Amino acid sequence: MFAYIIRRVAYAIPILIGVNVLTFYLFFVVNSPDDMARMHLGQKRVTPEAIEKWKASHGYNKPLLLNRDAEGSGRFTETIFFDKSVRLFAFDFGYSDEGRDIGHDIRQRMLPSLAIAVPALLLGLLVNITFALLMAFFRGTYVDVSGVILCVILMSISGMFYIIGGQYLLAKLFRLMPISGYDVGPDMVRYLVLPVVIGVVSGIGSGSRWYRTFFLEEAGKDYVRTARAKGLSESLVQFRHILRNALIPIVTGVVVVLPLLFMGSLLTESFFAIPGLGSYTIDAIRNQDFAVVRAMVFLGTVLYIIGLILVDITYTIVDPRVRLT
Amino acid sequence: MHAVPLVGKQPCFSCVAGLVLAASLLLSACSDQPWNRPYPAADAGRNILYSSFSERPKHLDPAQSYSSNEVTFTGQIYEPPLQYHYLKRPYELIPLAATSLPVARYLDAEGNALPDDAPSGTVAYSYYDVSIQPGIRYQPHPAFARDEQGALRYHDLTAADLADVYSLGDFTATGSRELTAADYVYQIKRLAHPGLHSPILGLMSDYIVGLGDYAKMLNKVWQDAGGVQGATYLDLHAYPLNGVHEIDRYTYRIKLHGKYPQLLYWLAMPFFGPVPAEADAFYSRPGMKERNITLDWYPVGTGPYMLTVNNPNRQMVLERNPNFHGESYPSTGEPGDREAGLLNDAGRPLPFIDRIVFSLEKENIPYWNKFLQGYYDSSGISSDSFDQAVSIGAGGEVSLTDAMREQGIRLNTAVSTSIFYTGFNMLDPVVGGYSERARKLRQAISIAIDFEENISIFQNGRGIPAQGPIPPGIFGYVEGDAGINPHVYDTTPRGPRRKPIETARRLLAEAGYPQGRDIETGKPLVLYFDTASTGPDAKARLDWLTKQFAKLDLQLVIRGTEYNRFQDKMRKGTSQIFQWGWNADYPDPENFLFLLYGPNSKVSLNGENAANYRNDAFDRLFDRMKNMDNGPQRAELINEMIDIARHDAPWVWGIIPKQFSLHHSWYLNSKPNLMANNSLKYRRIDPAQRLARQAEWNRPVLWPVIALLLLVLLVILPAFFAFRRQQRMSAFGATR
Amino acid sequence: MIKPVILWTDALLFLLTALVVVFIFYARRKPHIRRPWQRIFQGRIAMSSVVILLAFIVIGLLDSLHYRVALEANDAASETHYAIEVLSALDVLTGTLRTREEKSYSAPFATHLYIKENVDLPDGGQARIYPRLEYGGRHLGDGLDDKAADIARRTGLSLLQAVLAGALLSLLLALALARRHGCSSKDMLQRIFTRRTDIPWHIMLLTLTLLLAVIFLVINLASVYHVLGTDKVGKDVLYLSLKSIRTGLLIGTLTTLVMLPFAIFMGIMAGYARGWIDDVVQYIYTTLNSIPGVLLIAAAILMLQVYIANHPELFETTLERSDIRLLFLCIILGITSWTGLCRLLRGESLKLRESEYIQAAVSFGVSHSRIMTRHILPNVMHIVLITVVLDFSGLVLAEAVLSYVGVGVDPTMNSWGNMINGARLEMAREPVVWWSLLSAFLFMFTLVLAANLFSDAVRDAFDPRTVVQRGGK
Repeated sequence: MFAYIIRRVAYAIPILIGVNVLTFYLFFVVNSPDDMARMHLGQKRVTPEAIEKWKASHGYNKPLLLNRDAEGSGRFTETIFFDKSVRLFAFDFGYSDEGRDIGHDIRQRMLPSLAIAVPALLLGLLVNITFALLMAFFRGTYVDVSGVILCVILMSISGMFYIIGGQYLLAKLFRLMPISGYDVGPDMVRYLVLPVVIGVVSGIGSGSRWYRTFFLEEAGKDYVRTARAKGLSESLVQFRHILRNALIPIVTGVVVVLPLLFMGSLLTESFFAIPGLGSYTIDAIRNQDFAVVRAMVFLGTVLYIIGLILVDITYTIVDPRVRLT
Repeated sequence: MHAVPLVGKQPCFSCVAGLVLAASLLLSACSDQPWNRPYPAADAGRNILYSSFSERPKHLDPAQSYSSNEVTFTGQIYEPPLQYHYLKRPYELIPLAATSLPVARYLDAEGNALPDDAPSGTVAYSYYDVSIQPGIRYQPHPAFARDEQGALRYHDLTAADLADVYSLGDFTATGSRELTAADYVYQIKRLAHPGLHSPILGLMSDYIVGLGDYAKMLNKVWQDAGGVQGATYLDLHAYPLNGVHEIDRYTYRIKLHGKYPQLLYWLAMPFFGPVPAEADAFYSRPGMKERNITLDWYPVGTGPYMLTVNNPNRQMVLERNPNFHGESYPSTGEPGDREAGLLNDAGRPLPFIDRIVFSLEKENIPYWNKFLQGYYDSSGISSDSFDQAVSIGAGGEVSLTDAMREQGIRLNTAVSTSIFYTGFNMLDPVVGGYSERARKLRQAISIAIDFEENISIFQNGRGIPAQGPIPPGIFGYVEGDAGINPHVYDTTPRGPRRKPIETARRLLAEAGYPQGRDIETGKPLVLYFDTASTGPDAKARLDWLTKQFAKLDLQLVIRGTEYNRFQDKMRKGTSQIFQWGWNADYPDPENFLFLLYGPNSKVSLNGENAANYRNDAFDRLFDRMKNMDNGPQRAELINEMIDIARHDAPWVWGIIPKQFSLHHSWYLNSKPNLMANNSLKYRRIDPAQRLARQAEWNRPVLWPVIALLLLVLLVILPAFFAFRRQQRMSAFGATR
Repeated sequence: MIKPVILWTDALLFLLTALVVVFIFYARRKPHIRRPWQRIFQGRIAMSSVVILLAFIVIGLLDSLHYRVALEANDAASETHYAIEVLSALDVLTGTLRTREEKSYSAPFATHLYIKENVDLPDGGQARIYPRLEYGGRHLGDGLDDKAADIARRTGLSLLQAVLAGALLSLLLALALARRHGCSSKDMLQRIFTRRTDIPWHIMLLTLTLLLAVIFLVINLASVYHVLGTDKVGKDVLYLSLKSIRTGLLIGTLTTLVMLPFAIFMGIMAGYARGWIDDVVQYIYTTLNSIPGVLLIAAAILMLQVYIANHPELFETTLERSDIRLLFLCIILGITSWTGLCRLLRGESLKLRESEYIQAAVSFGVSHSRIMTRHILPNVMHIVLITVVLDFSGLVLAEAVLSYVGVGVDPTMNSWGNMINGARLEMAREPVVWWSLLSAFLFMFTLVLAANLFSDAVRDAFDPRTVVQRGGK
C-alpha cells in the first residue's frame, strides 16, 4: 500500500504540470499582460509607460512560453511561464498581483470555508441518512413514495432560491440571526447557522434519494433475505446488516469530497459575505489576478488528487478484499 | 456489534443537533440583545460607526490610491496641505495641514519674477510656497519607535526577527515625530518611484518641473540596485528633485511649467499628503512584504484616524489617532445649515467618533436589510430599494416614505459631480465625422434616447438629464432656460420638454435615412452599440436602449463583450456607440471640458476623450479657458465651447446622477460633500439611541421555529409507531 | 415575405430531434430495446411527466423556427431588405404578448403601473400617481371594479373549454385505439377509464386536460392582462418565461449531445484497449476534472468574445451573437461534464472485456473496432442513457448559477438564469417585485421536476441492478 501511495503521488506530477499549462494558456489567451496592467492601474489617466513599468515590476515583461532571444535552456527558463510555475511545486505561491502574500491569504481564508463546509457536511450526512433509512424502511408504502416525491421536489429547486428565500424568511422576517457576516470566536455560531441550515436543506433532496438507493440495493441482497429468514428482528436486519454495508459507498462518497471542502462554496460565500476560499477564487477571476487564480487551481488539483487517493485507501479499510497494487 | 448502539443514537443525533441550535440561539438570547446583531456583543452601545465595503481596496499607499473606495480610507489618515470646506457651497478650498492657501508666483523663461496679472503667454514657470503648521504629530507607529540610545528600533530588523510577527499590531513599541515639510517633498518624489505605480505621474510630469526626468533617473538607479517592489529601499532624500524642494522645516516649494491653477485642487488629495521616510525604510525590511506589512496596507498619517485592523477579507477598522493635532467643527456654512442642525457642533473638537468599522458586504440584499435593521448607520440607496425609501411629490420634490420616517430615517440628496453619457465614436464612418449628414443623424438619436424615461426606470428619478458636459455646481453651468440644449429640448412655459420624436424623424430624413433606410440603397441603417455590461439589470438596460432606437426605425445591434475587449475597442477606435462616464477629480470646468479636447483623444493619444471629438474652434477656446480664473470672461468662453459641442453632438449628453443617501436618526452632522474625502471626522452618532432602536426593531419571531419543530414531530411520531409495530410483528412472525 | 434564419443551435436542435425520431423507429422494431421503454410507458408518473416534457419541447422547437421579416418595399430599394430583428414561430403564436410592452414593472393582473410617475394633469399641474397601464386590463375601461368578475368569467370559460377539449381528445383516442384493438370505441373508453389499458391513458388524458386548462387560461387571460406581470422595462414576464424555455432545453440537451461522442469513444477505448491509451485517457480526464469548472467556462466564454470582437462581420444580429455564445457555453459545459460518464464507461468496458462472449469474439478473430461497436457499445448504452437524462436537470439548474457568476448566457438572451439574476435586485425592493422570480421558479421547477421524474423512470427501467431487484420482489 505504501508503494501504491508513492506511485500515485508520482503520477500526480504530470497532472499538476498539465493543469498548470492549461490554466496558463487559458488565462493568457484572454488576458494579455497589458490587460492585466490596465486592470490593476485603474481606469483614469493610464499611460503606456505606466503599463510597461507595471509589467516589468510584476514580471510580465518576458515572453509567455518561449524566449527566442535567449540562449540554450534560457529559451525556456527566461519566460513568464517558467518564472511563475516552478515555485508552485514547492507550494510557494508568491505574491498576488496586488502585492499580497497568497500563502498567507489562503491560510487565513481556509478556516471560514471549513467552518461552513464541515458542519454542513456532518449535519447533512446525519439528516440524509436518517431520512433515507426512513424511506428504505417503509419502502413501497406512502411514506416512501411521498418521501421520494419530496426529494425530487427539493432537488428541482435551484440553489439560488434556497439562499434568497432563506435569508428573506429567517433573517429578515423572523430576525433569528444576522443576514450575513462572519466573526471568529464563540460568536461565530450565530453567523454560521443560516448558511449551514441552507446548505443542509438544499442537499437533502439529492442526498437522501441517493442513499436510499444504497439501502434498497443492500436490502435486496441474498444475505439480507437469509438474515430475515433466520428470524432476526427487522430492526436488527435494518441496522446491523443494511446500514452497515450501505455505509461503504456513503463513506467513500464523502471521502472524495473531503479535501475539496477546503475550496469553499462560491454562492454561499458571496451571499453571506464569508471570507473563504470560494469567494477568493471568484474575486481573482473577476479582478484578473493571475497569480491567485493559478495558485487556487493548483491547490484545487492537489486536493482533488488527495481525494482520489483517500478513496482508494478507504476501500481497503472498509473492504479487506480490495488490495491496492 | 457496534452497529446496534448506532440504532439507539440515530434519533438522538437529530435531537443533539436541535439542542445545539437551540442552545446557540439561547446563548445569544441571554446577552439581552437582538439575535441578528452582526457585531460582537461587547461593542454594543459604544461610540462606533458601522459602514461597509464591497471590494477590498487595492491600494492605500497615497501615491497610488485614486478610486473612491480607497480614498474613503486614505482621506481620513493622510493630511494633504488643503481640504474642502465641509459645509460651504460652491466648494471652497481651505487649509488643512497648511497655514494658509498657497499663492501662485510667476516667472518668465529667464527666471525673473512677473506680476500676478501677467498674461499666460509670458509665464514660463509658476511656483507655490506651501507652509505647514508646526506641531502636528504622526500617529503612533513602530516605524518611529526608538530604543534607549535613541536609534530607530525596528530599522535593522532581519527576517529572523519577524518570526512571531503576523500583523503590524505585533510590534510592541511605537513612537511618533513631528510632521515636517520634508515629508511632503518626499511624497511628491514618491510619485516617481519606480516600484510604485502612481496614476498621476504622467499628468504631473507635464507640470512639475523635472518630475519626468526624475522618474527616469530613479528607474535607472532602481534597475542597478536590482529593485524588488516593496522590498528595496530607495532613499529619495538622497536624490533631489528639481521642481520641488524644502525651504525651511515647515515650508516647501513646488515649481511648475507655465500656469496651472488646478494644482491647488490636487493639493487637497492624498497624492500630496505627507509620507515619512522612516515608514518606507521600515516597511522595506526583509520579511515585511511576505507578511503583507506594507505601506499599501498599513498607512502612516497625521489625520484624525489611523487604520488599526486591515483584514480586507472581512473587516477594516479606523481608530481615533491619539496624537491628532486637533481641529474644530466649522462655525460657518451655507444658508440653511443652521436650521438643519449642521452647526450645532460648531467649534467643538474633531473627531467625534471613536472607531469606524467597515465590514465586507458583497451582496446588495443583505446590505440594505442590515441598514433597515439599524446595523449600518447610513446607506446609499440603489435604485431598487428606492421605492421603499423615497416618494417624490407632485412638484418633483423628494421625501421619505412614511415607513422610513417612522423609523426616523433621514434623506440627503446631492447632484453629483459626474456624468454618464452615450458617446459616438467620431472616427466612425457612419455616426462619426463632421458632415451635416452625420451631425443630423447624431442629433436625431440624441432626441430619440429618452433619458427622462431612463432616469425614471433605472434611476428612479435620481438624476437629471444633462444639457451639456458640465454638471450643476461646477463653474460654467447655466441654470434655467438659458442652459437648455436647444438641439434636443424645446423651452415651454412648463419648463424644458424633449423635442417630439417627429423632429427626430425629420432630422433623420434630412440625414438621408428616411424611415431608417438609406435613401440611395434602401438598406436599413444598422447601428452598433458596444458594451461590456454584465450584472443583474444589464438585460433590462440593453432592451431599453434597443427600444429607443426602434422609435426611429433604426436597428440596433448590441455588441456585448468583456471588459478588456471593450477597452481595447475604445483605444483602437473600432466602436460605434458606447456608454461612458466621468467622475470629476476637482470642481473645475476644465476637468469636464477636457473630455472633448482634441489633443486628448483616446485613439492614438491615449487620453480621456473617448469620443475622439476634435473641433479646432473648440480646442482653441479650451486652451484659452484652461488656466483662466473664474469670471465672466471664462464663463463666456465656456458657453461658446458648449454651444459648439452641442451642435456637433458627439455625445448624447446623458445623465448627471443625483446621490441619495439615507441616515438613521442617531447619525448626525451629515451633509453630502462630493469633493471632500475626509468627512468622517465631522460625523457624530448617538450610540444610546441606536442601541434602543436596534433592540426595538429586531425582536426575534419564534413561532415559526416552534411550529416547524412540532411539524417534524408530527411526521416522525407516526413513523416511529409504525416502526414499533412492524418490529413487534416481525418478532411475532419469527416465533411463529 | 420572410427569410428563414437557421442559427447554429437551431440546426443542432433539429438534428437532435431527427436523431430521436430515427431512434424511435429503429427501437420499435427491436424487441430488446422496446421492452424497457414499454416498461417506462406503463408508469403513471412517467407518462404524465412525458406529456409535460413534450409540451416544453414543442414550445422549444417552435421557438427555434427563426425568421426575419422583409421590410416594406421602398422606392430606392432594388432588392428586398430584411429587418434585423429575428422572430420565431412562437412569437407568431403568442400574438401580441411580445409587443404589448408597458413602461415598467406591473404586478400580475394589474391595471396600474407598480411605480409612481409624474404625470401632467389636464389642468396644467403635475401629480405623482400610479399611471394606468397601456395594455393590461385596458378592455375594462373605467369599470375597474369588474376586474375580479372578469377574471372569474374568463377562468370559468377556460376550464369549460379545457374539459370539452379533454373529452373530445378522449373520444378521439378511444376511436383510434378501438380501431387498432378491434373493439368498439365504447368498450375502449370504458377500458381507459377503468385503467385496464397497458399504457396509463387515463393519466395522460388527465395531464393533457390540465395542460389544456393552463393553455386556455393563458389564451383567455394573457390577451388582456399581464398574467405574470411585467419586468423592469415593461415586457410581459409570461412571454419572457416562454422564450426562456428554449434556452433551458438547449443547455440541457445540446451539452450532452456535444459530450457524448467524446465520452463514449474515450471511455470505451480506455476500457477496452487499456495500456497506454488508458493512461492517456485517464490523464486527460483527471486533468480536466481538476480545473475548477468556473474558470474553464469563464476562459472559454472570454475566448469566444475575443473571437466575436475580431470578426464582427460574421455576426450580423444580436441574436446570432448570443446564439454562438450559447452554443459555446454548451460545448464548454460538455467538456467539463464528459469526464464522469467517461469514467463510468471505462469501468464498464473493463468488466465487459473480461466477459466470455467478448473473449470468444476475440478468439474468433473479430476485429477490435467491430467488437467495440457491435458488442461493447450496445451493452453500455443503458449507462449513457441514464447519464443523459440525469444530467439534463442539473444542467438546467446550473445555468442560473452561471448567470450569477457572470459567465452564463448572453445578457441580451431570454433565460431563467438572467431572470433570477435580475430578481436579486427586485427582492431587495419594497414592496417586493416577486413575480419575475416566481415565474422563473415555476417554469424551471416544472421542467426540472418533470425531467427528474422521467429520468427516475428511465433509470428504473434500464439499470440492470434495479431490474434485478424488481424481478426479485
